[in-house]
Amino acid sequence: MGARTFISGWPVYRQLTGDDPLGRGAAVKSEHSATLQPRVRTASKVVKSVCPYCAVGCGQNVYVEDGPDGERVTQIEGDPDSPVSRGRLCPKGAASLQLTTGSSREYKVRYRRPHGKDWEDLELDTAMDMIADRVIETRRAYWQDEAEGRYVNRTMGFASLGGATLDNEENYLIKKLFTALGAIQIENQARV
Amino acid sequence: MKLPDRTGWSSLVETTQDPAGGSGYGDHPPRMGFFTDTSVCIGCKACEVACKEWNHVPEDGLDFTGMSYDNTGGLGADSWRHVAFIENRRPVSTVDLGLPAMGPPAGTPGIRPDLPASADEEEGQLQWLMASDVCKHCTHAACLDVCPTGSLFRTEFGTVVVQEDICNGCGYCIPACPYGVIDQRKEDGRAWKCTLCYDRLGEGMEPACAKACPTDSIQFGPLDELRERAQARVEQLHEKGVDVARLYGHDPQDGVGGDGAFFLLLEEPEVYGLPPDPVVTTRDLPDMWRRAGVAAAALVAGMAAAALGGRS
Amino acid sequence: MAECHPVGFQWVLEAKARGATVIHVDPRFTRTSALADLHVPIRAGTDIAFLGGLINHVLSTGSYFADYVIAYTNAATIIGEGFSDTEDGDGVFSGLDPESRSYDAGTWQYEGTEVAAASGHRDQQQYKRLGKGSSPGSKSGRGESHGSGGASLQGEPERDETLRHPRCVFQILRRHYARYTPEMVERVCGIPQHLFHQVADALVSSSGRDRTSAFVYAVGWTQHTVGVQYIRSAAILQSLLGNIGRPGGGIMALRGHASIQGSTDIPTLYNLLPGYIPMPHAHEHETLDDFIAADSAAKGYWGDMRAYMVSLMKAWWGAAATAENDYCFDYLPRLTGSHSTYETVMAQQAGECKGYFLMGENPAVGSANAKMQRLGMANLDWLVVRDFSLIESATWWKDGPEVESKQMRTKDIGTEVFFLPAAAHTEKDGSFTNTQRMLQFHHQAVEPQGDARSDLWFMYHLGRLVRERLAASTDPRDRPILDLTWDYPTKGPIAEPDAEAVLAEINGWDAHGQPLASYEQLNEDGSTACGCWIYCGVYADGVNQAARRKPAGEQNWVANEWGWAWPANRRLLYNRASADPDGKPWSERKALVWWDEEKALWTGHDIPDFTASKSPHYRPPKGATRGEALSGVDPFVMQADGKAWLFVPSGLTDGPLPAHYEPQDSPFRNLLYAQQRNPVRQVFPHPANRYHPTPGERGADVFPYVLSTYRLTEHHTAGGMTRWVPYLAELQPEMFCEVSPELAAERGLEHGGWVTVVTARNAIEARVMVTERMKPLVVDGRVTHQVGLPYHWGRNGYSRGDAANELSSMALDPNIHIQEVKALTCDVRPGRRPRGKARDRLVRRYQRRARIGTSTGTEM
Repeated sequence: MGARTFISGWPVYRQLTGDDPLGRGAAVKSEHSATLQPRVRTASKVVKSVCPYCAVGCGQNVYVEDGPDGERVTQIEGDPDSPVSRGRLCPKGAASLQLTTGSSREYKVRYRRPHGKDWEDLELDTAMDMIADRVIETRRAYWQDEAEGRYVNRTMGFASLGGATLDNEENYLIKKLFTALGAIQIENQARV
Repeated sequence: MKLPDRTGWSSLVETTQDPAGGSGYGDHPPRMGFFTDTSVCIGCKACEVACKEWNHVPEDGLDFTGMSYDNTGGLGADSWRHVAFIENRRPVSTVDLGLPAMGPPAGTPGIRPDLPASADEEEGQLQWLMASDVCKHCTHAACLDVCPTGSLFRTEFGTVVVQEDICNGCGYCIPACPYGVIDQRKEDGRAWKCTLCYDRLGEGMEPACAKACPTDSIQFGPLDELRERAQARVEQLHEKGVDVARLYGHDPQDGVGGDGAFFLLLEEPEVYGLPPDPVVTTRDLPDMWRRAGVAAAALVAGMAAAALGGRS
Repeated sequence: MAECHPVGFQWVLEAKARGATVIHVDPRFTRTSALADLHVPIRAGTDIAFLGGLINHVLSTGSYFADYVIAYTNAATIIGEGFSDTEDGDGVFSGLDPESRSYDAGTWQYEGTEVAAASGHRDQQQYKRLGKGSSPGSKSGRGESHGSGGASLQGEPERDETLRHPRCVFQILRRHYARYTPEMVERVCGIPQHLFHQVADALVSSSGRDRTSAFVYAVGWTQHTVGVQYIRSAAILQSLLGNIGRPGGGIMALRGHASIQGSTDIPTLYNLLPGYIPMPHAHEHETLDDFIAADSAAKGYWGDMRAYMVSLMKAWWGAAATAENDYCFDYLPRLTGSHSTYETVMAQQAGECKGYFLMGENPAVGSANAKMQRLGMANLDWLVVRDFSLIESATWWKDGPEVESKQMRTKDIGTEVFFLPAAAHTEKDGSFTNTQRMLQFHHQAVEPQGDARSDLWFMYHLGRLVRERLAASTDPRDRPILDLTWDYPTKGPIAEPDAEAVLAEINGWDAHGQPLASYEQLNEDGSTACGCWIYCGVYADGVNQAARRKPAGEQNWVANEWGWAWPANRRLLYNRASADPDGKPWSERKALVWWDEEKALWTGHDIPDFTASKSPHYRPPKGATRGEALSGVDPFVMQADGKAWLFVPSGLTDGPLPAHYEPQDSPFRNLLYAQQRNPVRQVFPHPANRYHPTPGERGADVFPYVLSTYRLTEHHTAGGMTRWVPYLAELQPEMFCEVSPELAAERGLEHGGWVTVVTARNAIEARVMVTERMKPLVVDGRVTHQVGLPYHWGRNGYSRGDAANELSSMALDPNIHIQEVKALTCDVRPGRRPRGKARDRLVRRYQRRARIGTSTGTEM
């Protein structure tokens, strides 16, 4: 930076030489202010989404930035194109960014052994294997070919609760897999 | 435009309703602002959250205030939008609010006015008023006047913004604000308040609060247009019998030269915690400024010499 | 609505700005009331009396929309001679069996024919018809366990379009509702008569040819022991006023979760298969044909149920499903009664259910009687919790209320717990179905971090692992899982299954693998596969229709090109009713679809929910079946008779007409009938699930206040998605209890201080919010206080507090098995609740004072 530019960048210099004699506007605009831009401007993509809270189904635009540590969501806003919501969001929808990227989310599998006092670490793959084993064992142990003399072809050994916050495709696989396993106690919030 | 001199300012700045023009922005966009129509506010606080999400304003504590559903308490360094909740009773004598009613509001379509009044009506109708408050972005902004560092400045949109890279936390602006809006953050000492999403405006985006607002209670736009729209809305409400509707902060002749963020209220401003007749706290400043200008000129000459000397 | 669906409420304000009158009926003055033209405070649990009063008003003043009622409802239909109403039975209908506490719906049928229901308990008539007696198993499966006699008859139901026949539905309605007078409404609901008349007048003056009125409810209406009959009451009223199938009309359920509609359509519900096909019950030697015969309808679109069912089994079992093996019908497990989540809790405690998956659900806070939920989980072998954070249902074994009170010790609890972090909506592809039946696809923005995975990933890989383990099995019991079509393509670094491939299967394809465009293309011969018939068309032309996002400004106000709504992208159900019997709009102002005589087609702003080429003048030939049996003036195409049902001859377990019963826990006797409560409601006697005494009994006054639970704008259900979010937690940071100044004075509660709320189940504490918005009501001459509790809080998270559901009981609606948590009773006392064992002692003291025993409140 040359001396002239250095000085001409000074607010007081600009104040005295420009048309902002009181030094309350253009003359005092800082480097930060002069280069300010909304963070969504550098988004690598805007992904069309839907608010995950209530059933109104407000449209969301999810702004993604491709940085040195990979892609991350930098902002979530209402989608003005939506005939449902016209771009608006309630406080929950407006908090979607903190919901999805906030520090309260867990990213590690936790395991509590029977009678255990506290959580332990567990690899995801190990957990999946263990759960698959439990499902098969419980299904076998609590299998019913018949109940009170009638064909039932089922297990009452395990149950499932949840689905109202999940996608249709997820509910479909839950219902399909558990029904094929003979489980019938498959329920969700719609009952509650 | 020359306005009656209530504030002592017009002698200094001719263009009181063009604060950007008077602040060194030759060819600048129209003055932008907020019109907050509290008659359709549902108190959802989406504005508070959207503001915090966009501006990374810190969460500031779990305080159950007991002030109706308001646990924010007021505007501050960490709350740039604040929704006030007022539960009170409106005396019977006034006409229909078009609004909350525990008893039957008269004159509502389909509602029979000939039926007997309820006990409620005798003690006044319960109403639950909600209003989203924000920095007023005054035409005559005392915070800006007293800022010694040039951190607070007038943008090309006519709004008043704290420049976080300049603010040194001196705190002069805090008592200067006639509305008690601007506030120091404990953690870093700097002053913070609504920027009217200065970064978004530059990109043609509307401020986060206005964008989120589910009922369009918060409207953003060129101030001229907003004032027209607000006038029409008040007239419409008056026609419907909502005599209590009134504008606040819209008048260029008020003590702050009019607000860049103004309101439609359904009660006296005090009910919402707003000063009834705000006056710029620096109305005597122009004289002081003239003297300061001379001092500044002397200072800059000295500093420029020092800088040139040091770099040669 | 402003409270819980704020963005939806913009349309209410838009309507208000255009002159609509907004009336809010709610025990509390809420943010919705604040913007309404009129707030009508009501005693929680008395809506049927209130709506009944409105029905009576409409009938007795002749304010119904006569042309609509005669043409489009079953008002003219004659009911069989065997029917007797609550008028004759002092509060019960004919067919009640006190022994089994259930109704035989046989006497509720139309004269001369028998119809199957479009929803609900559709196989009520099954058993006797097939000569197979009653179903075994739980008594709580009442709807299924009692037949209604007689085989399905052909022929037209008898009608009297003068509406004068004493047994026509219209006359039965008149008699049934005559006692629901404004005076009675005032006594029961605490709604002053002048207020009632204002509502009645506003409603009537805003209904008819030129105007329509809409009812909007949230699940507050369903969470009662008479929940279904609440909705039915609104349906009767709206049908009488001609407000169904017309723009600006309807009954809008504001559901509370992003895809709770989807999880009902593609049901993670025990009693349903996708598309509202019932799960089969256990019967002797039942074949697919038997099943179809019992459940399908001869007329209407349920007549094609075999095509829907066979296509579903082809989607699930592919090549293994053949005509010879009944398309694997025997692979399906069978029900033996109700197996709802509340029966599951009992089964867990009984040691019959040992494994439990919780996926985005927090029953330790969100389900009725939270302690019962934890007692159930403490008796499991294993528990899998999938969520964003460590919710209460994941950690109860170390820090739950029972551990705190030393009722349980961590080391004694044998439940093995797996917590698996879930992926957020931004981290996966998939579709949500909103409350208007519209599917909207959300696209993945980023990969989930760490171990976080979608539930699609979890289910797919769990299925893969189970199938791998069983691959060599020769056990016939493993065939359903080994024959399952489970070859979804995966993608990306974590092998995420392709959600669009799953959606394509839900949509279905023909014999050549081409995507189907409509459920009308489904076949019964196994040549089509379809995972959910009502979603058929969502992947028409191989295009993800749910992902369509044509901006609202670039299409008409119906916006059919945004997302995709079932069925067949129709946005307003039964919209044939928006036109008169001749096919012309009832008025230009309310035009939606109409018959274009020239083109001989139905056309309009929306896609007609009717066969497009069926003329209004079409009359079915004798012996016609299925869709062809519906005439050109039968808009309600899923109903076997094409009419809106004012009177429900089939499908409900607790009566063909709504009748007011008091809630399970109530401070008042039923003023309308001798029958106090819904006689066939479900109760679960258990030491941790005690009920309050019946009013009039000694000890009943121990719980004098009405209690209702609800949500706040700032939080979401059991708090898993909000109490951990600081920006939301700070807005409503603590559990609080809303009371009137009068109640505060009566019990010495201090604003901002603490209150302990007690029921026979538990005691919780909350901060006190004294507010005039909680208005004491005068009910039957007595000042009645109501207490309001939001139910979002629990012990974990950033914002913490006691859970309101510690106080509620498991007492269910018999049709849908939903708990009553909107109308309870309680006592309140100043100060914080006792800690440790003293908490239990307080509750037991209350139980003793109220003389509560095993059978209290469980009588019919």
